[in-house]
Amino acid sequence: MPIPNIVLHVADVHKSFGGLHALSDVDLQVQEGTTHAIIGPNGAGKSTLLNVCIGRLAPDTGAVVFDGQVITGKLPHEINQMGVVRVFQTPEIFSDLSLLQNVMVPAFAKRDGSFRLNAIRPVSSETGIRDEALHWLDDVGLADQRDAIAASLSRGDKRRLELAMGLVQKPRLLLLDEPTAGMSRHDTNSTIELLKKIKGRGMTKVIIEHDMHVVFSLADRITVLAQGRIIADGPPDEVRGNPKVQEAYLGGVH
Amino acid sequence: MLNLSRSDWLLLAGFSAVVLCLPVILEPIGAAYPALMQKFCIFGIFAIGFNILFGLTGYLSFGHAAFLGIGSYAAVWSFKLFTMNAIPAIIMAVFFAAAFALIVGYVCLRRSGIYFSILTLAFAQMSYNLVYSVLTPLTNGETGLQLTLNDPRIVDALFYEPAAGLPRVDLFGLFISGGGYAGFYLCAAMLIICFIIALLIFRSPFGMMLRAIKSNQNRMRYTGFNTRPYLLAAFVISGMYAGLAGGLMAATDPLVGAERMQWTASGEVVLMTILGGVGTLVGPVLGAAVIKYFENIFSSFGDATLHDVFGFLPDAVEQPVVSFLVLFVGDGWNLTLGVVFMLIVIFLPGGIMEGLRRIWNLFGRRPGDGKKVLAAHPRPAE
Ligand SMILES: Nc1ncnc2c1ncn2[C@@H]1O[C@H](COP(=O)(O)OP(=O)(O)OP(=O)(O)O)[C@@H](O)[C@H]1O
Ligand SMILES: [Mg+2]
Repeated sequence: MPIPNIVLHVADVHKSFGGLHALSDVDLQVQEGTTHAIIGPNGAGKSTLLNVCIGRLAPDTGAVVFDGQVITGKLPHEINQMGVVRVFQTPEIFSDLSLLQNVMVPAFAKRDGSFRLNAIRPVSSETGIRDEALHWLDDVGLADQRDAIAASLSRGDKRRLELAMGLVQKPRLLLLDEPTAGMSRHDTNSTIELLKKIKGRGMTKVIIEHDMHVVFSLADRITVLAQGRIIADGPPDEVRGNPKVQEAYLGGVH
Repeated sequence: MLNLSRSDWLLLAGFSAVVLCLPVILEPIGAAYPALMQKFCIFGIFAIGFNILFGLTGYLSFGHAAFLGIGSYAAVWSFKLFTMNAIPAIIMAVFFAAAFALIVGYVCLRRSGIYFSILTLAFAQMSYNLVYSVLTPLTNGETGLQLTLNDPRIVDALFYEPAAGLPRVDLFGLFISGGGYAGFYLCAAMLIICFIIALLIFRSPFGMMLRAIKSNQNRMRYTGFNTRPYLLAAFVISGMYAGLAGGLMAATDPLVGAERMQWTASGEVVLMTILGGVGTLVGPVLGAAVIKYFENIFSSFGDATLHDVFGFLPDAVEQPVVSFLVLFVGDGWNLTLGVVFMLIVIFLPGGIMEGLRRIWNLFGRRPGDGKKVLAAHPRPAE
């Protein structure tokens, strides 16, 4: 089934919670190197779709294929080590650690794999990891707060931190769940710039977003979900003019 | 060889100096005798190890005394079967504790939070009961395991004629058991080595991963880490510290009974760590020393001592005061400990280290008290 340049294939996935069909017959292909946006009203099943991709939820039927390999059933850390990284809708960071440590931890995962008993060399002598972490902290604009404790950040800053945590792993597939929610206009724009800058470089991005400005600035292709079904899928201009999409957003679903 | 920052070298130097000079430092408070000082060191080791698990990963074990007991039994068997030299005994103690910790950790780490604590407690109580019952041939049940005149001691037998009476534990001619200074200095040296290892772990990427697991284990998984082996490694390391402590207990006094594995002993190391300061390097050692020091004082108090102390009061007052306070001394020492512990948890959750830091901030920065500052301010970015 895998076509060479399809990096992610969500194949006929179905997922329900009790009687609620969160995802029905979702079939989605993401091309390598593109930015693929998933939009849809609240409760459409967007986050659930990402949860299925990273192994947080198991689909009832169907499978997720990454880079020609079925990843459904694999453990979250295995999926990450294959190069699939997720940035969560509610920021998931290490609140007790400093910003720099927050970014160094994923950098270690990338370099050392899922387990390495590295107890002799102090962290302070890991200059390579440190510089890399600082580089990405700088790119998201948080370098000057590197020694602050992550819990003290605002919601928007936590997102930027999590973005740096994802990018430092140089993922092949980056899944972003509403990366700019809670950010100021200014930070949103710089996040767009950052995501544009890292376009290509072998990284494919799937981005869930409510902010249409962000979507149309970044997306090469848009998939629209409503009530767990794909109602439209195509290039931005095509989707924008699609009457079904207008209806789903304006017609009071949910 | 050791790749430490300047402040860590200072911390290590300060710590070692204090430990090695204990006989001088403790003289004024009447605690400068080897039997008590070696207790400080042994429980310090126990608490440092416990803190590697609890302080770094947040996993609270209520069964660590089992490893202490296993270390002691292994050491006494080494004395009985092979030689009175302390080194093989200590190695055996650490080895058996590690092996047991591997099994216990493998099972208990399948759960976290309160379920993990209960599993460890269940394991420890199970071991305690086994020691009394099924394992009597190995542990000598209620009587406890001790040296006898008919022990084979095969290695020693090759080299010496057995002297009359029970032999003493030795380290190349120095007597370790019997409450001499050699015993204390062996324990002190081990404490310093254990402190160095803990320092390395705290500063290493491994330590950072453990802290990250404590902070958000789920995130660690989605960050690409298999958290189980990290936790298991921390668990086994802390079990080995407990085994070493148990081995040293046996080396300084070669007999062991099952009560060493009882849940109260597991609870005690939790108290020491929390009292001193969870997650700090020096705190657990301070906590251990403080508890053992006051245990030593309070548990020797009795009716008579209290009457002496309060003799200046009129009889009508003295009688009720003494009969109230007597609840808290002697066998009632645990009551005092409980009250102190509650006060600490409520008013000073960071323990003694937090208290020192507050005092420090109150008086501003004074030079020449490097150790406390360094320990009290773990650098946020390592
Ligand atoms: N773990 C769960 N258990 C039960 N129901 C769930 C679970 N996760 C999601 N749901 C339900 O599935 C539906 C889809 O949720 P999902 O979070 O995927 O929506 P979404 O498209 O991400 O919405 P939003 O834009 O608000 O983030 C919702 O009705 C939600 O209540
Ligand atoms: Mg969502």
